[in-house]
Amino acid sequence: MSTAEQIRQLSRTEMAARLARDIPDGWYVNLGLGLPTLIPDYIPEGREVVFHSENGVLGMGPLPPKDAVDTWLVNATKQNITLLKGASLFHHADSFGMIRGGHLDLCVLGAYEVAENGDIANWATNENDAIPAVGGAMDLCSGSRRLWVLMEHTTKEGAPRIVRRCSYPLTAAGVVKRVYTNLAALEVTPDGFTVLDMAPGLSFESLQARTEAKLHRQA
Amino acid sequence: MIDKRVATVAEALADVKDGSVVLLGGFGVVGQPQQLLEGLLAQGARDLTIVSNNAGFGSPGLPKLFASGRVAKLICSFPRPTPPAFEELYRSGKIKLEVVPQGTIAERIRAAAVGVPAFYTPTSVGTRLGEGKETRDFDGRTYVMERALHADVALIQAWRADRWGNLTYRGTGRNFNPVMAMAAKLTIVQTRHMVELGDLDPEQVVTPGIFVDRVVLVDSPDPPPA
Repeated sequence: MSTAEQIRQLSRTEMAARLARDIPDGWYVNLGLGLPTLIPDYIPEGREVVFHSENGVLGMGPLPPKDAVDTWLVNATKQNITLLKGASLFHHADSFGMIRGGHLDLCVLGAYEVAENGDIANWATNENDAIPAVGGAMDLCSGSRRLWVLMEHTTKEGAPRIVRRCSYPLTAAGVVKRVYTNLAALEVTPDGFTVLDMAPGLSFESLQARTEAKLHRQA
Repeated sequence: MIDKRVATVAEALADVKDGSVVLLGGFGVVGQPQQLLEGLLAQGARDLTIVSNNAGFGSPGLPKLFASGRVAKLICSFPRPTPPAFEELYRSGKIKLEVVPQGTIAERIRAAAVGVPAFYTPTSVGTRLGEGKETRDFDGRTYVMERALHADVALIQAWRADRWGNLTYRGTGRNFNPVMAMAAKLTIVQTRHMVELGDLDPEQVVTPGIFVDRVVLVDSPDPPPA
């Protein structure tokens, strides 16, 4: 296995930028909480990508300057936002109709675990005392035309999160198409995970050692 | 003559009965009708089922309603952050919580509004929230059946309204309000502005007045910065 010094893991912003490179011009995209919210800053110049917010917005813009906040505009995390030219507002049933109806080209979410069969766990842990809360996670996972996950490759303690089968409660079964981590970009295929690319200095064997699921080289 | 305007919040809520299922508009506090919530607290109806996307964190009114002990059940997608008033009742088993995926809540409400008793959705299939639900396969994919969510009362925050009950909304304050307004037996609206009949451009009306029973003009503040 390579030493940590030789591997240059992607930073959080580099992870967002890596994923953003794969979003083509013209896509309608929903971004989940956490890491995915960094993506809009890294959409390559010249591409027009429309961001959706589950609470009824298409054409969400950047956070507003402090002196120009419209408090009637919030995103899914209930932060104040701006609207771009061409934006539209709609009610919740239409918003989730867009999601469930497969109208969004892409949804990018964070996760606790992704399994080689495309299962995703990102809404609940196995702790029994937490008050359950799901929000729009299941709708987004089941409904989007493509689900990509942006997440750290392992836990802080080094435990794998790219796994054979999820140990946490599922958000949806068999839906993840790609996973982008600080170590690699992976495609979910009928045979399991195929490695699209890896962080500089990382070998296939070293990546496999940090991954519970079996990895496949690109044909 | 049709005139759905009422003078006060108390009058608007006067006949809300014990045991009512109450749809509460809003996503967080944006679009949540605060004065109607305060009014419901003062009105005193008990044993309520509240349908709300959140459990009222940051809301002036909803935690007070929980603390009053008059809510028997919350149907909700995301009860976090959790206000202490709700957490205490939940931990001591004094309030029931039904967690429903956000889009499924919206569609269950919409189904009730449009005369559809049940529908099939892929959301929650194969998960803890789909356990025990009737399933059916269509074109090779499995779906769960969800029932329409009928309600006695809807509490709605509008931006502009006229005496027929035509409504517009402001920003993302729209959220659940238009579908909730369509789905209850009694739809009560608080509006920031009351306008003359004809002042709302018919092309811009979001909720047609047919769905609305009462409108009360309330000088409510804007949501706080977030």
